[in-house]
Amino acid sequence: MSDPTDSGKTSPHAAMSRDVHARPGRPVHAPVGTTNKSQAGPGGPSHAPSAMQELDEQHVRADRPVHAQARTLDVVLALLRKELLVELRTLESIPGMSLFAVTTFVVFHFALNQDTVSGQEAAGILWVTLLFAAMLGVNRLFVADADQGGFDGFLLAPVDRTALLIAKAIALLTYLFVLELIAVPAFALLLLGPPLGQALPGLLAPLALGDLGVAAIGTLVAAMVVRTRARDLLGPMLTLPLLVPVVIGCARATAPLLQTVHPGGLQLRWLGTLALYDLVFGLIAYAVFDFLLED
Amino acid sequence: MRLPGLRALSISTVAAFCVSLSLVFFYAPIEAEEGFLQKIFYLHVPLAIVTLAGFVIGGLMAIAHLRTRDQRWDMRSYVVIHMSLIFGVGVLITGSLWAHASWGHWWVWNEPTLVSFLIIFLLYATYQPLRFAIEDPERQARYASVFAITAGAFVPLNFIAVRLSASYVHPRVLGSTSNLPGSMMLTFLVSLVAMALLFATLCSYELAAKRTRILLKARSRILGFQ
Amino acid sequence: MTPLATALPEHTNDGYVAAAYIVFFAIVLIYVAIMAIRLGRVERKVRELSAQEREHPEGAQKERETV
Repeated sequence: MSDPTDSGKTSPHAAMSRDVHARPGRPVHAPVGTTNKSQAGPGGPSHAPSAMQELDEQHVRADRPVHAQARTLDVVLALLRKELLVELRTLESIPGMSLFAVTTFVVFHFALNQDTVSGQEAAGILWVTLLFAAMLGVNRLFVADADQGGFDGFLLAPVDRTALLIAKAIALLTYLFVLELIAVPAFALLLLGPPLGQALPGLLAPLALGDLGVAAIGTLVAAMVVRTRARDLLGPMLTLPLLVPVVIGCARATAPLLQTVHPGGLQLRWLGTLALYDLVFGLIAYAVFDFLLED
Repeated sequence: MRLPGLRALSISTVAAFCVSLSLVFFYAPIEAEEGFLQKIFYLHVPLAIVTLAGFVIGGLMAIAHLRTRDQRWDMRSYVVIHMSLIFGVGVLITGSLWAHASWGHWWVWNEPTLVSFLIIFLLYATYQPLRFAIEDPERQARYASVFAITAGAFVPLNFIAVRLSASYVHPRVLGSTSNLPGSMMLTFLVSLVAMALLFATLCSYELAAKRTRILLKARSRILGFQ
Repeated sequence: MTPLATALPEHTNDGYVAAAYIVFFAIVLIYVAIMAIRLGRVERKVRELSAQEREHPEGAQKERETV
């Protein structure tokens, strides 16, 4: 998939940083308490110059307590806004993921030589396709940061580093949500036997929980492999085994919903496992992410 | 570990294996359903338990590494995970042999332990490629520790998930450790101890070899030769 | 006490048991063999180093490499 940002033009990330740095200077005499709010403007990198200036000022005026850490929530929101803006401008991940999913459904039709699928088969095809499409998004998640110095910029800012994890995970979650908005109706159109309408309310829970799992694990693994040599290979190799329990939970939960005869309901057992798994790995990712960003 | 420690470990491992094998072949009764084939149980299950414990211990050592930044913890974590991977190959092969003898297939999906094992094995097989894809040694150790912690937490969760997904229509192929008569339980425990000792011994040898190589490199560098 | 003689059942399942134990020991022995080869290499290097050190005791000081 050719990358529009690699054509030699300046990347959106660098462009945005330059825009923000060129903004007229923020008031550096403002007391610390109000600085946080005023700093929570658009673009993560805006934290770096004003926070640094604040710190310099405060070294001179030693009577004031030095506390330049921006609130994590503000950082997360700023980073998230940047991510989504970049995605909107460059459209790197979402169209690719969605197109991949739809094409895969077509391939499945020919591979299985079937017009419709239902039940566990349908659940399996849907989830495998969503999973592999998600891999594409995961692969691209940190690439721009690694290649264009975004990591360094972020590390310079006096902010909680897990904010990057949370922001990227939410961004990935958003991409997955949009992916499903396109892929699930496409699946219903191309391959699904029973009508989607009756299954849809039940589908929401496995989709949501599965997305959370993919987001947590995908973001962590993406951060792990982005600065290694074979990141395109290692990413899926690491993510897929870690996501097997998610596939188990989602596929088994979805299967009864998609049956032609006597469609069943959601089984709490699978949703419970999914929720537990998401929680545990969310916590683990939160705990270890800092160690990945130290340099 | 100094040499006396290694020697003690090796001797106790050999002794434990002699006792365990004698128990397996001369003491433990023949199981009613599976017959003589059941004896694989005393090899396969201790191997599996030790391997899984090894993966989890590797994760714990990785936590120690990240907390203390002592490179020795990273070395121990690496060796333990590497050894578990090797033992894991043994688990898969013996499990497959047992499945073929019992059911006629070289692989069975309704044995949750074996299936989780495959998934865990596939995950840990990426440990070394990940390590060797990072050149900076400090970053390599750090990222490897993050992986070891994540994967170590994954081991129990994976087991639960796969066990849930296994259909209970078919009875468990390779048998469980519950409802074992006393003599079998004794044999099993002794085999488990022997396997754990073997694991510890081999890990200690590996660590000693690594340390020696590092010392050697340092020496040759100081002396001006490579 | 079950004597080994009466332990052999109807089919050839004991072949599989033997195969499993053989695989296990093969893995262990291959590992030991690899360790032995590595040990040989290390010993050879140590011998080389000691020989070099004996020949050039002062030369070693001069050629100290910065690590």
